[in-house]
Order: sequence, then structure tokens, then C-alpha cells
Amino acid sequence: MTATVTHAAQQDSPYALTHLDALESEAVHIFREVAGEFERPVVLFSGGKDSIVMLHLALKAFAPAAVPFSLLHVDTGHNFPEVLDLRDRTVAEHGLRLHVAKVQDYIDDGRLRERPDGLRNPLQTVPLTEAISAHRFDAVFGGGRRDEEKARAKERVFSLRDEFSQWDPRRQRPELWQLYNGRHAPGEHVRVFPLSNWTELDVWQYIAREAIELPEIYFAHEREVFNRGGMWLTAGEWGGPKAGEPVQTRMVRYRTVGDMSCTGAVDSAATTLDAVITEIAASRLTERGATRADDKMSEAAMEDRKREGYF
Amino acid sequence: MTSTTSPLTAEQLSATTLLRFATAGSVDDGKSTLVGRLLHDSKSVLSDQLEAVERVSLGRGQETPDLALLTDGLRAEREQGITIDVAYRYFATARRRFILADTPGHVQYTRNMVTGASTAELAVVLVDARNGVVEQTRRHAAVAALLRVPHVVLAVNKMDLVEYAEPVFAAIAEEFTAYAASLGVPEITAIPISALTGDNVVEPSANMDWYGGPTVLEHLETVPVSHDLTDCPARFPVQYVIRPQTAEHPDYRGYAGQIASGLLRVGEAVTVLPSGRTTTISGIDALGRSVDTAWAPQSVTVRLTDDLDVSRGDLIAPSGSLPPVTQDVRATVCHLHERPLRIGERVLLKHATRTVKAIVKALPYRIDLSHGLAHENDPVALEVNDIGAVQLRTAEPLPIDTYAEARLTGAFLLIDPADGTTLTAGMAGEAFAEPPAAPAGAADDEGWDF
Repeated sequence: MTATVTHAAQQDSPYALTHLDALESEAVHIFREVAGEFERPVVLFSGGKDSIVMLHLALKAFAPAAVPFSLLHVDTGHNFPEVLDLRDRTVAEHGLRLHVAKVQDYIDDGRLRERPDGLRNPLQTVPLTEAISAHRFDAVFGGGRRDEEKARAKERVFSLRDEFSQWDPRRQRPELWQLYNGRHAPGEHVRVFPLSNWTELDVWQYIAREAIELPEIYFAHEREVFNRGGMWLTAGEWGGPKAGEPVQTRMVRYRTVGDMSCTGAVDSAATTLDAVITEIAASRLTERGATRADDKMSEAAMEDRKREGYF
Repeated sequence: MTSTTSPLTAEQLSATTLLRFATAGSVDDGKSTLVGRLLHDSKSVLSDQLEAVERVSLGRGQETPDLALLTDGLRAEREQGITIDVAYRYFATARRRFILADTPGHVQYTRNMVTGASTAELAVVLVDARNGVVEQTRRHAAVAALLRVPHVVLAVNKMDLVEYAEPVFAAIAEEFTAYAASLGVPEITAIPISALTGDNVVEPSANMDWYGGPTVLEHLETVPVSHDLTDCPARFPVQYVIRPQTAEHPDYRGYAGQIASGLLRVGEAVTVLPSGRTTTISGIDALGRSVDTAWAPQSVTVRLTDDLDVSRGDLIAPSGSLPPVTQDVRATVCHLHERPLRIGERVLLKHATRTVKAIVKALPYRIDLSHGLAHENDPVALEVNDIGAVQLRTAEPLPIDTYAEARLTGAFLLIDPADGTTLTAGMAGEAFAEPPAAPAGAADDEGWDF
């Protein structure tokens, strides 16, 4: 019996990149592809950690020139003030242009109606899709990661959306090598996910490595919260707490930053980046499972919202 | 050696490398179980995900959680039991992070496996120990060979159902290895496993003490990555020209891109293709740092000594080792779309950062992967999942390597100009590599070297 089977016990070559360098390089490639192929790209920017990392990558991709994209924030009206503050400081620091589409405007003039449960994340889709068509954006960067949710695991890096912004998983283009196909008909656009292959831990490690500033709510702090559906929510004008939901002061931090009405905090003592990374590495809950009410509404909640045009 | 499943420290996490791999296997080979076990035993299935699977399984009257629900994410998939395209999964150990292209085994699988294998540095081919090498196994081996996946793992599964018998494994490993090597697969590692009981997946098997090789996870953790990219001649497709034109950088002109293969050095003589103009590299900026050398797959910005006309779509390569520049491309392709590909069809060809018009001049043959790679000459069209040869004429000259020599600059897509649909995946040059020459002294080897 001759053996052509080999046992690969060799070390990685000196040219092997660390996983963070490989992910960074891939994300930068994606930003540059869009800059090279599209007319009017925009970066969705909320001031949350994923969008801050995206902006950091875009700044690196085009340095020493400016980022050739504007930014878009879909504002639910229930924001954490610390997050809006960092959003505005970041935009000013880099001389960027920020478009804001406000859910509140849609509610005020009757185009959207407040939901009985008070959740505003599901209401974001209409202002988002209308902003895309009003500004004629043809590529829209989102910070979505495939590790977040099982419907997202099926998402392409370049995700074609029809004129209604709808996602059709059956109509997805296969993606091979690094050849991204951004062709689209007038009215259609492409959602682009440079962080597709990153995990929550990768994002945090990259933030630590690059010393990226984040809103303070990502780190443990004392906060007045109340419990609803197993999550610690922050009291606010958006409709909490109700009677029977006592407020208490706890040491908490946020893993995701979205609308206050549906983003929960977790008990935590992690006040530094290293402590946060250690905590996430040990966590037995996914980011969304721990703190996002809107994903728990049904088994295919994310998929259904994506089909309608959500990220 | 066991992998760490306890929490990782920040230091452990920062130095890890990334391995992209793909799985191939038909439904009954236990692919979901293997994927589920790799995810589960590496702590990548978290309790809320498991609870969701348990909840749905119970709701359907199943007593044990159906791990396939972890990987079938879409409504249509769960309701109809179909699988749509490739899904990507992520897990990590103390040594490495993994991106798994999870390719569905049944529907439309040639194109799915081609898609998954295109970015993979390793492919795991699953075989049922009771059935041995079957038509499907040969097809998987052929796709791995066609896509030039550097490492192939043969996982002989369900060893528990053949009494963990070494001769069963050895016979399958020998047959597969001979077949895959004849197609030019450079490196094959065979591992006897039971995905169900966990033998040799993450933990070494107590039932197969005759096997002295690595477990699947151990192999995934130690197989070398990226070495093949830096061995090739340098290729730098220009993505975007960076010209700040600010007071601070009035004259900066940099060519941004991701190095597709090889190394670039400051001072090196380079040629810009397809124009053929020559110059030297005056500087390399690696995302904020000025460096002397850079290599694949780094994204960098290259500056040149002379003010040449260079734009997106051009390719920069060392003047001593240039790819051929041609308007006549012969390629092996996998057709991806239900719309067939016919002679005379006008398409767009996307190669690296350049998209050109092209016309299909000839379809010399299609390959039947299921029956010993039989060639059917002059087919009328290539249908979805077909693998065949195509001759294309492009409207502009293209600097294109053969896929055998450079995986990224030898690859291209064919796109329908009418609606932008991705039609076909192309690999320039002949389909399969020459089988590797037998190493000297191989005949004296005492047996299986794993």
C-alpha cells in the first residue's frame, strides 16, 4: 500500500495573517469594491459598535483621502443620549455628511402608527426604504453579521434588493471567490455587509486592537432599570415602566444598541474592553438572544423583517 | 491534544489565524451531525440557540433536538425541507477561528459545492463507512480538485456501524486517495470518525486505537493556511485610485487593492496590464502603516514611481513574471443558473476588478462527474450544475492566469448583461491538475501515514 496521505503538522507560514488582519483586509476590499462600482453608496450609521467599526474600516480603506460615502441614520426616536452624542461627534470629527430619517416624523404625520407594544425597531423599515429611494442610494452598507441570526447566515455580502427593498432568499446570487456582482436594475439597490464574516467577539477584539471609542453604555455602569420579559430595560419616555414593573438600580451593560424599547441590558461588572472580551468569550447566550426583544417575536422574525426591507 | 472549550483569554484570542473550509456530503452521510458536533463541542452553539431548536423540535413532536434546525435557517427550508444555497457558520478554538461554508447536500449541489469550495482552503468530504466511495463521493472529490482546494479531508463516518474495523477504513481511504490524487488533489488526509458518537471529531476515539492520526478538529487547527497564496507570482488588481487632492496631500496618488497572490516589495520593477507600461513601486501603505513588503491577502495601497495612467481594472505584476494578456479565454466552468449557457451568447465577464464584454465562441465539451469524468463533446448548451469547457472572446485584452497557477486571477464570473444575473463560474485553463509525482521512496513506506 503506497501512501500519498500526509499529516499536516507544519506551522503556519510567516505570511499567515492573524484572523483579525484577514477579516480587516476582506472588509476593506468590500468597501473599495463598492466605491469602484457604484454611483451613490451610503453607510448606515447609528453610533452603535458595528457601525462604528464599519466607519473605522472605511476611513482606513480610503486614507489619506476622505471616505467617499455619506452616512444614514434611521432614528427611532428612542435613542440612548450617549450614543447620539458619539454619533454626532464622530460625524463632525471626520467631516462626514449624515442623513437622518426619523420614525417620529412618520408617526407625527400619520404615515406610521405606533405599535401597541411600543416597539419601534419594526417601524424602521419604511423610513429606511423611503430614504434609500429618495436619495437614490444604489449601495447601502449595513453592519449585519452572519453569526447574529440564522436567517443572516444565509445572507450574501452583496445582497440584491428589489425596488421595494425586499430580500428574496431564492433570488440570491451565488458568491464565488472575491468576485462580488453589484449589477442592478434602476430602482434596485444592493445591501452590502462588510462584516459578514465577523463574529461578536471579532468586533470586540478589533475595537480593542484599534482603540476605537464606543458609547459608554457598552461598559458596565449603574443604571435604573426594570424587568420586562426577562430583560433589563431602561426607563424612558417611550413607555416604561408600567405598573408592576419596579425600578431598581443595577450594574449593567449593553451588548447591542438599538431602540430603547426593545434593547435590554445584561448584568455585568465589565468596565474595560478586556473585561468585556472575557465576558463575551464566556457567555452562553448570543448577542441577540440575550438582549433583543424584536427577534423573539417569532421563529422567523428576522427573516420576515429582512424580506420586507429591513437589514 | 484536546481543544480548549473553556473561556478563552484575550491573549489566546488575538494571535489566532483564520481557516476557511467547506463541507461536502449527501444528506444521509451525517454532515449535519458533524457540523452540529463541531459547533457544539467548540462552544459555538449557545444556550439560547439550543433552546430555540429544542422548542421547535418539541413543538413538532420530536423527542430529541433536531440539530439540522441549527443550520436550516429559513422559513421555506424548515417548512419544505429544502435547502437554499450555502450558509456560513463560525466557530473558534484557542488556536484558530473557522469560517465554514456549509453546502447543502441535496438540491442543486454541484453549484453549491463549487460556491463553497471557491473560498475554501480545505474541504471535508464525508463518506458513509458502510457504503464506501460512491458516485457522490467521486463528484465531491472532482469538485474539490476542479476548484483546487489545497487540502482535502476524507472523513469516513459511521465507523460505529462497521465495528470500528480498520480494514474497512483502509480500503475506503485507499480508493478515495487514489482517485483524488489522479485528479491532482495535492493533499489528502483520511480520518475514521463517528459524528454521532463523537469518535475522532473533537476527542480521539477510544474505539479505534489503531488510528494514530489527528481528530477532525485537531487537523483543522493545524493545517497550514495561506502559504499557497504567497508562493505564487505577485498579482495586484487595482480596485480604486486614491487621490486626496488636499492641502496636506496635494500629490498623493495611490492604487488601492487586495493582493491576490504573492509578495510586493518597494523598489520592485512592475508592469501595469493590459497597457504593458513599466515602472517601480515607490511605496506601499498597509492600512495606515508604510511597509517595505506586503503579501496576499492584504489590502494595501501601492504608489508608483512614474505618473502612469492606471485605473480600476488594471493589474500590477512584477515585470519578471507576467500573466498572459489575451482576448481568447479557454476555461473550465460550472454553470450556476437555470438559464442555460449557449454558443453565441453575449455576456459580461468579471475578472478580478475588471468587467468586459465577452461572447461564447464554443462549448468544446461537458464533463459527466458521475461516470469517471466522461467527456460529452460539443454539447448544445451548459445547463445548471454542468461542468464543462468554454471558449470565450473578450472585447478587451485581459491579463488572466490559469486557475491552476493562481486561484484568484485565474477565476472569473459570467454575468447576464440584461439583468445582472450571475450565470457561470469560470476557471481559466484545463479542468484538472496533473496528479502529483510520487515522492521518492514512497514505495518503501510501511503503510498509511496518518
